[in-house]
Amino acid sequence: MLAFIANRILSTIPVMAVVAFVVFLLLRLSPGDPAAVIAGDYATAEQVERIRSQLGLDLPIHTQFVSWLGRILRGDLGVSIFSNLPVTTLIAQRVEPTLMLALSTIVFSILVAVPLGVLAAWKANTWIDRAVMVFAVIGFSVPVFVLGYFLIYGFALGLNWFPVQGYRSPFDGLGQFARHIALPTLTLSAIFIALIARITRATVLEVLSEDYIRTARAKGQIERKVLFQHALKNAAVPIVTVIGLGIALLIGGVVVTESVFNIPGLGRLVVDAILKRDYPIIQGLILLFSFIYILLNLLIDITYTFLDPRIRY
Amino acid sequence: MSDLSQPTPEVALARRRAAGWGDLVLRQPLAVSGAAILFCMVLAALLAPAIAPIDPLFLDPLRRLRPPNEINWFGTDQFGRDVFSRVVYGSRVSLIVGASVAVLSIIIGLAIGLVAGYVRWLDVLVMRIMDGLMAIPGVLLAIALVSLSGASLLTVIVAITVPEVPRVVRLVRSVVLTVREEPYVEAAIAVGTRLPLILVRHVLPNSIPPLIVQATYVCASAMLTEAILSFLGAGTPPEIPSWGNMMAEGRLFFPIAPRIVLLPGIALALTILAVNVLGDGLRDRLDPKLAKRV
Repeated sequence: MLAFIANRILSTIPVMAVVAFVVFLLLRLSPGDPAAVIAGDYATAEQVERIRSQLGLDLPIHTQFVSWLGRILRGDLGVSIFSNLPVTTLIAQRVEPTLMLALSTIVFSILVAVPLGVLAAWKANTWIDRAVMVFAVIGFSVPVFVLGYFLIYGFALGLNWFPVQGYRSPFDGLGQFARHIALPTLTLSAIFIALIARITRATVLEVLSEDYIRTARAKGQIERKVLFQHALKNAAVPIVTVIGLGIALLIGGVVVTESVFNIPGLGRLVVDAILKRDYPIIQGLILLFSFIYILLNLLIDITYTFLDPRIRY
Repeated sequence: MSDLSQPTPEVALARRRAAGWGDLVLRQPLAVSGAAILFCMVLAALLAPAIAPIDPLFLDPLRRLRPPNEINWFGTDQFGRDVFSRVVYGSRVSLIVGASVAVLSIIIGLAIGLVAGYVRWLDVLVMRIMDGLMAIPGVLLAIALVSLSGASLLTVIVAITVPEVPRVVRLVRSVVLTVREEPYVEAAIAVGTRLPLILVRHVLPNSIPPLIVQATYVCASAMLTEAILSFLGAGTPPEIPSWGNMMAEGRLFFPIAPRIVLLPGIALALTILAVNVLGDGLRDRLDPKLAKRV
């Protein structure tokens, strides 16, 4: 068990190395002189030179990579070119809204999708099942920002139930927080609910044909317990897997949702940085998001061994 | 004299064909309607000048933010441009990006996947690189690539292809790994068939059906990513009417004229839905193993 976990943790190192290398290359791959690009069209030669030495672009490329990697490993993501603030400080300022949005989305999606998937599997090939599946296909196809605008149109502008945009911290009052986070959560959840409901339906459907389900029903177990204790428990591994895969979707979705609802989170930070070509922020945030993705998938792999003791790698 | 109750071969074939089509519509109504919607979109993109005679770039400052009327079916935007024309022309960008990214990433992914699946020492290296690329959020990687190399339709296509390739590589590799254990491949090796021939003759045909299915999903995801990039301001150049650009430009006027944002949104969602539904249908038909799993 411990050996497996240690092994799995070690296996993330080459992946992270590749991520670091790609992120490092991003700046160097861009055609032309990155320092001149950052400085803009109206910069003087001295300004370009200052940015060049600030980014260490005047050093040989392998030296640049080694010193950059060394700083990353010490937790130093560099300094923003435009605001002159450390990237870690900027991340710390913006992390709360993103974290809240991601958490509320994951919790809401699982609460809605898993019962929906179980219901569809239980009522397989009825109109309930078909309705859930049609909803899943639609939820998977409607782009996050399109859905976001429709929800704003209906619930914020039309019915006036929720504010159109913005974010309030839960520490300044839960009511306002809930009112502001409701529409973004609903927007971002659609694709997640579709994904989780689909996989839940498929795996529960498979498990329901197993012998032990027939046994449970034969001994007179009530249907609710058959579904949620016997079937769902055995369907847990694929469901957890798909939640892990969904993390990538979630990160992409957060960036877009924050733009639609004007939420000052990490997504907005990275989009603004990309539009202004603030390389240290771009690099720092892509690294951070990739790191979170790798870490969460590592945790999910480890939870497998608890969910299904047969799994060993 | 021949038996008249027996139809001639031509008639039998025609009947079977007709039954085949009817059967297809009955068995996969969703996939067929997806294909039909997609066909209409392609038609609209090709015949855009005939369907929407108003120039999508024509600015009419006197007719700004007009509601739908008999000249401008979808009304006009904040610069007085015809929204209907722009939606019709916008289909060109989405379809070009979707199709190009699908074809490009399948070709590149197929080449890398075949080699990785068959050359053992390369496999580890290639798959680590692919794992690393997959760990980077695709949308972010694509926006960064576009913004760093300057916006044009070509850079958008390349930037969206890069994050899609690893998924194709994984798929091809998994097919290769199963096929190489098959007895007929063993037999081919035993009689001395060389590696390139084995790949082309045995492995490639086995990877075609799942790849066709994958291509539709890549196409849908590419259209989505293009719209997101344009919407965030780092995608298709703003002078080209694309659905993402229209939504980005219209968002400031959303409370006054929501249709400027919602109409291209509907077109985008409908197109992606059509491609996804078509992909599901193809999957059920071409790749029963995968169909059972999902």
